[in-house]
Amino acid sequence: MTTVAELPAGFADKVLSAQSTFRSVMDAMARPGSVRRIQSGAGTPAAMMRGSAAIALTLFDHDTPIWLDPAMSETSDVSKWLKFHTSAPVIADSSIASFALIGDPAHLPPLDRFAFGSNEYPDRSTTLILQVDSLTQGTVFELRGPGIDGMATLRAEIQPHDLFERLAVNSALFPRGIDVVLVHDDAIVAIPRTTRLVAKGD
Amino acid sequence: MIASDENQKDESAGQAQRKAVMAVLAHADAAEISGRLGTIALPVHENLREPENGLVMVRGRVGGDGAAFNLGEATVSRAAVRLSTGEVGFGYTLGRDGRKAEMIALCDAMVQSAEFAEIVEAKVVAPLRAAMTAERNRKAAEAAATRVDFYTLVRGEG
Repeated sequence: MTTVAELPAGFADKVLSAQSTFRSVMDAMARPGSVRRIQSGAGTPAAMMRGSAAIALTLFDHDTPIWLDPAMSETSDVSKWLKFHTSAPVIADSSIASFALIGDPAHLPPLDRFAFGSNEYPDRSTTLILQVDSLTQGTVFELRGPGIDGMATLRAEIQPHDLFERLAVNSALFPRGIDVVLVHDDAIVAIPRTTRLVAKGD
Repeated sequence: MIASDENQKDESAGQAQRKAVMAVLAHADAAEISGRLGTIALPVHENLREPENGLVMVRGRVGGDGAAFNLGEATVSRAAVRLSTGEVGFGYTLGRDGRKAEMIALCDAMVQSAEFAEIVEAKVVAPLRAAMTAERNRKAAEAAATRVDFYTLVRGEG
């Protein structure tokens, strides 16, 4: 009983919060590199940022296996919270996960540990949700790809430093690949598998 | 060891009580529950899970012990409430009345708290239980009045 008593609450207004969060994620995916805000009143376990908690409540359900990195699964808070509110199965095998929640991106496992999907079903890949240090300052990333008019500039403090180099596998694998959502507090940026890094600098 | 046994006993006693409360409230009328809840001072609480509707598969067994089969789906509402003191109550009820599920969850949480358990039992659950028992007895008596006993006379030549 005490374990449940410590659970933070879910969305205060389930339908509208989930809809507006979905809209933010969809807009972020449609305009890679742009920063979107998530406005939702949800309780948040200690290890999760507001944005990742709202994404979890919106997109996770019993059909989406979730993988948690060691920072997230350090205490059972996150997995209990996810199970209570989303009933999503938390699994140990990252290669079949629909979503991976990464609390400590500096120690992100190699991308081939996650699912890339298949040529028939490229959607059966793992979407990484990375909690990063900042989405307003830090290194400048110039991005190009579908959804970007010319070039998009993203200023962010991203661990691991070679994230975009690692994501270069996406161009070889297409249509398979890994989609990434960067989260900092209530701000999100999506890096879908079609987005390419053009230049990087301070 | 003994202590843990006792804890377990406490737990199951508490669960039996919650079960009994749930059995009454799930069948009670939403208006009546809210009327009775209105007569007591409610503790500060928050919704852990907002009331929501869903479907559950109702399963049955032929003769009570045969193989399980799916009887059909039923609409249920559920909610979870947490008191400021930490007790968490769950409410499940047939139908789409989310407000009722919320009230049941609140009662369930209050039943677990030492401070409110007695007053909820006295002011909410007991009257509802009495009304339910009376209604059940009335129906049983009504049915009993028209009861026909069938019996077979033993015939002499056997």
